[in-house]
Amino acid sequence: MDNSRRNLISAGGLLAALLAAGSKAADLAQPPAQWNRAAFEAKTVADALKALGIPVAQGGGEVNLTAPEIAEDGAVVPVIVKSRAAGTREIHLLVDKNPFSLAASFFFPDGTDAFVSTRIRMNETSSVIVLAVTDRQAYLVRKQIKVTIGGCGG
Amino acid sequence: MADPMKIRAAMQAGRVEVKILMAHQEETGLRKGPDGELVPPHFISNVSVMHAGREVLRVQWGRAISKNPFLQFAFRGASRGDELTVTWIDNLGDSRTDRITIT
Repeated sequence: MDNSRRNLISAGGLLAALLAAGSKAADLAQPPAQWNRAAFEAKTVADALKALGIPVAQGGGEVNLTAPEIAEDGAVVPVIVKSRAAGTREIHLLVDKNPFSLAASFFFPDGTDAFVSTRIRMNETSSVIVLAVTDRQAYLVRKQIKVTIGGCGG
Repeated sequence: MADPMKIRAAMQAGRVEVKILMAHQEETGLRKGPDGELVPPHFISNVSVMHAGREVLRVQWGRAISKNPFLQFAFRGASRGDELTVTWIDNLGDSRTDRITIT
């Protein structure tokens, strides 16, 4: 664990360096992206939400999660998430029973749809949780996905 | 250096539909190798997509992303012929940047 922490810190350093060098390459001239270590190393959904700074979320029909009800291979579970809540800035994807709950965080600037499609790993049958964060509040939906073969290798 | 990404960016009803496939092992750190030892975690931690000097998507990923990660999203404000730049970086400091022209 210590080792992986160090690696992540050095990865952050390199990214900062890459981005600092971006004054030459205009397309990299952005504030350094960060990696929310506390959130990604959280072992429960509650701890991950705390580390994300999102204490209370409403349930809401504004957020859609499209995923199979039964995923035969937990190593590749396709998920599509979409928020119709106005001003959605962030979408977070969590898997309740994974060893590390937070799978992904997406940040949408103005002009980018609050929509993303990706493929995640699930260790076992679990709730998948989508959290959409607007300027004003957070919306949470969850869906149970049955996993036949676990995909985290543990 | 990691293999190039496969990127498609196509105008569709005023939006750019972007599909990205990255070549990466995505080791969770929870899998045992042939020697019975845990394979150390090795996964993409950050992805950034830039258009005309502006970031159009920023991503943070944990260990629960499938091998050879797939990412699809859409944004407005671009035209055919514009360039899109995708950069990922992983937890061991490897990174990769690829560019594509919007069609």
